[in-house]
Amino acid sequence: MSEETLNLTLKVWRQEGPNAKGRFETYQLSDISTHMSFLEMMDVLNEQLIAKGEVPVEIESDCREGICGTCGCMINGRAHGPEKATATCQLHMRSFSDGDTIVVEPFLASSFPIIKDLAVDRAPLDRIIEAGGYISISTGSAPDANLIPVPKDTADAAFDGAACIGCGACVAACPNSAGQLFTSAKIQHLNLLPQGQAERWARTESMVETMEDYFGSCTNHGECHEACPKEIPLDFIAYTNRDYMKSKRKNRKLQGQA
Amino acid sequence: MIGSFDSKVPDGPMAEKWTNHKFNMKLVNPANKRKFEVIVVGTGLAGASAAATMGELGYKVKAFTYSDTPRRAHSIAAQGGINAAKNYQNDGDSVHRLFYDTVKGGDYRSREANVHRLAEVSVNIIDQCVAQGVPFAREYAGQLDNRSFGGAQVSRTFYARGQTGQQLLIGAYSALMRQVSKGSVELHTRTEMLDLIVEDGVARGIVTRDLVTGDVRSHTAHAVVLATGGYGNVYYLSTNAMMCNVTAGWRAHRQGALFANPCYTQIHPTCIPASDEFQSKLTLMSESLRNDGRIWVPRSHDETRMAKDIPDDERYYYLEEKYPAFGNLVPRDVASRNAKTVVDQGMGVGPLKNGVFLDFADAIARDGEQTVREKYGNLFDMYERITGENPYERPMRIYPATHYTMGGLWVDYELQSNVPGLFVVGEANFSDHGANRLGASALMQGLADGYFVLPYTIGNYLAPLLGQGKLSEDDPICQAAVQGVADQTKKWLSVGGTQSVDYYHRELGKLVWDYIGMERDKAGLEKAMTEIPALREEFEKNVRVLGDGQSLNSSLEKVGRVADFFELAELKARDALEREESCGGHFRSESQTPEGEALRNDEDFAHVAAWEWGGDPGSAIKHKEELTFEEVALTQRSYK
Amino acid sequence: MAQTMPRPGPNPVRKRPKQLPFPLNVYQSAVGRKWVMAVSGLVLLGFVVTHMIGNLHLYEGPLEVREYAETLRDLGVHVIPRTWMLWGIRILLIAAFVVHVHSAYSLAAMSRKANPSSSLDSNKRYASSQDYAAANYASRTMRWTGPIVLLYLFFHLADLTWGWLSDDWTRGDPYNNVVISMGNIGVAIIYIVANVALALHIYHGAWSMFQSLGVNNPKINNYRRHIAGGLAGLILIGNLSFPIAVQAGLIDQDNCEAPCGITAELEHEGEEAAQ
Repeated sequence: MSEETLNLTLKVWRQEGPNAKGRFETYQLSDISTHMSFLEMMDVLNEQLIAKGEVPVEIESDCREGICGTCGCMINGRAHGPEKATATCQLHMRSFSDGDTIVVEPFLASSFPIIKDLAVDRAPLDRIIEAGGYISISTGSAPDANLIPVPKDTADAAFDGAACIGCGACVAACPNSAGQLFTSAKIQHLNLLPQGQAERWARTESMVETMEDYFGSCTNHGECHEACPKEIPLDFIAYTNRDYMKSKRKNRKLQGQA
Repeated sequence: MIGSFDSKVPDGPMAEKWTNHKFNMKLVNPANKRKFEVIVVGTGLAGASAAATMGELGYKVKAFTYSDTPRRAHSIAAQGGINAAKNYQNDGDSVHRLFYDTVKGGDYRSREANVHRLAEVSVNIIDQCVAQGVPFAREYAGQLDNRSFGGAQVSRTFYARGQTGQQLLIGAYSALMRQVSKGSVELHTRTEMLDLIVEDGVARGIVTRDLVTGDVRSHTAHAVVLATGGYGNVYYLSTNAMMCNVTAGWRAHRQGALFANPCYTQIHPTCIPASDEFQSKLTLMSESLRNDGRIWVPRSHDETRMAKDIPDDERYYYLEEKYPAFGNLVPRDVASRNAKTVVDQGMGVGPLKNGVFLDFADAIARDGEQTVREKYGNLFDMYERITGENPYERPMRIYPATHYTMGGLWVDYELQSNVPGLFVVGEANFSDHGANRLGASALMQGLADGYFVLPYTIGNYLAPLLGQGKLSEDDPICQAAVQGVADQTKKWLSVGGTQSVDYYHRELGKLVWDYIGMERDKAGLEKAMTEIPALREEFEKNVRVLGDGQSLNSSLEKVGRVADFFELAELKARDALEREESCGGHFRSESQTPEGEALRNDEDFAHVAAWEWGGDPGSAIKHKEELTFEEVALTQRSYK
Repeated sequence: MAQTMPRPGPNPVRKRPKQLPFPLNVYQSAVGRKWVMAVSGLVLLGFVVTHMIGNLHLYEGPLEVREYAETLRDLGVHVIPRTWMLWGIRILLIAAFVVHVHSAYSLAAMSRKANPSSSLDSNKRYASSQDYAAANYASRTMRWTGPIVLLYLFFHLADLTWGWLSDDWTRGDPYNNVVISMGNIGVAIIYIVANVALALHIYHGAWSMFQSLGVNNPKINNYRRHIAGGLAGLILIGNLSFPIAVQAGLIDQDNCEAPCGITAELEHEGEEAAQ
């Protein structure tokens, strides 16, 4: 395994608060090991800033193994950086070359206001879940787990949606700031399963409309799928569009309207 | 003054204790439940499930998380699975067998009654999660699939690809969000608990800091539930998430809650070794890898050849040689300790000589690359993503890392700490895993506590309080607590030292790993007990926290957490020093069999060491809860 | 000390409208609007394809073109009065066009609100330019090619249907009108540019239509992009061929063996009258 080091120029978005005016700051880093993760490289930068008495860059992360969805920023114009199916925390410096300039920006969307530097508020994703991203089963009232067989293919397809880590890269990468991939993944995870059928139409209608309260309109660019660390398929968006149109008819019937 | 230190284990036969106790507990009338407010701190598996269930029952719940959404908690990173005594495979599993395995796996240092209850409710957890839409692995006929995990003799582990924890957490999170939308749970994100408010020995609320605005305030309620996870990050490098910390539990400890068995730490044998000193965390790879991978190191201390060029007789397959029966599948602690031994002897591999090989060459030759890829493809990909090495061509490098902490706040059978009104669930409490935890049991315990235990037992505490109000947030007690936290925050900002918080955390981690790591001895622990306070003193004088207290400031968040780790580390050393036996995740080199196995001392140490805060970190007072074993006979482990 | 500071949080970018009765409520949501856009797009796509195929009569000669035009007017003549069917189709196309444009416009406005900084076409702008991985030129320029096609449509109508642009325009003689119009190199370039825009628009639009309508079938999923590309390609080749053929002299009055266009027709009628 080859031990290489890089000298890098970093252009990092600094913004002191939600209403402050932001700007790019340029930093030089030398002797960055290629084995380091991107976030460890940012840790090194922050150590240097602290040593110089400058306020470190706020960049959020938690599990650093690509599953919690806390981290995420635009790296050289790509959500989560250049590697496919890789969250920011799993990006390693071997993806860069000596002498590179790396531009680091926060995820942007009107409903992802910047909290500070690279940290943004992704609370609207929770609002979408609140609108119906659950199966209403109170604790203790569940039947035996093997009572309803779920075909393996169905379980696998539902899992592909359930794998979403809620990082918001889909919104950040979308030229329209649409939340379609996230919302569709969450809707289809439940809509595909037999357990999710009772609330299927109400869930779809409610979650889609909450999504539209916060996010732009999908124009099927497909950027979201490319940015997604879990490679959620675009098909879920089609399923959701179909379910939404059906829900408009179904719900009308369910409510006994003419 | 330590309040109630009675385990409150109900009488009667083991298998009927929980049923009887549920019947005997006082109930809160449905209409009265809304008169009670409950605070839940932490929204991982235990916290989210507890908050959701109590919300469903009708209690007014306030849930707090320092993350931006409840779904981020580190429960999410559990890969392997969740145990349940469903016996769907008809291979002889039962509640009693799961109970027995868990007590034995915990090396006879857990409370039997709690463990039995855990095994009993394990079956309900699976039902609940499936109904919530957790996409567990299925067989082609549509039935749930199971696998054997962590050396269990039965297949009782339910799993969802390599992301079981994530899927279970999404289930609990969705249940929680359902209650949030109904208004029964009030959710506070990016809000950290920094103190427990205690009035006359009773928990009455918490002090929180809004991590975005810096606002420090109090929240009061009739009961406080801590679901704040483990303290593995005291080692700095662990498989825990970056933000995992002991602060909530530790501040409660400082307010009178007993901290039990801090020395019990599980070290997981199959993690990816650190690549340099800036390594920020370690990544665990499922231990299922040990089913097919062979572990070895080169016999020569200064080996320079590529792994595949080293002939078989110059390779040291140390587990297979020492434990012919179990070979590479010895329990986690044995595998971990042996890895440390060979690395300490200078046989380590990799650029920093800090790992051992986990080699799949034989498995690939035997079963073909395709079969290996089907079984472990995603783990191999993960390994390659992190290290840049292709494990199909060259052996993986692994090394043990801190993974789970069995110790935690002391709780009784009802999951209530010795401070009335303070309940502790999940990894944050000490109760179910004894000195070591079985694979796939952490998720089980978190959800058992949150869905099926706490929501019942908290009623027993609340019922008699009907008609009593909660403490006013304007009460001088609250104001003083708020002031204390605000002053503390200001203090950190004004230290004006020269070294970063991470620097001290790293230094502390090295001490803890070296002296209170996989293998402990008297001299090392005594050294730790002098070096840790010395480093803490330097830390308090010389740490540099920049920025302000009115905006997001992760250094400011970390400094308080590291301060608590310093205090915990000292207690951990003391607990390890005084437990002069080896058991489970605690190995004292003075206490081993002639073959080098952990040697328990049931005569003197079949107890829970519950520590009381004594005013400063060095003067904790030990209380003992003697453990009695009615159902399970104590035996010495042997994996020869 | 314990003063409560308001936490700034994300606000909705729109005020949720009051639900109209079904089916109008479909058009209140973006997903519904995309569905309307897809359906109207499908109608317009059908028109574009038919129009292109019909125009191939240009290669047969002026009489055939005129005959074709007359056939269109005669559609449904056995049931309803002459030209009613054609007018029906025209009204449908105008309606499809109006909703297509309105939905596009309003959805773009919605995205503009959802983007903290957006460019003229309401796409989001990062300070460092975004490195697109999937969005292609066609998808990113929908909001440019759309207006171009709209302007082109009016130009095309003015040029060949209404005859506003040329004194030589003759009602009822499409062949000659085409030859005269596209014989001008400037006009030919306008047609070429506009048809490239139209093809780009159709390339993304046709693929996007499958998504918006929720047509998702594993059997065709892999072909959706190819179907869209094929359609766009055929339309592009067909439509570009006309101005190019005129410029190259392949479609020209001189090529006619008999008198061309309306003059021939008049002659023909004259002969009949003489008999």
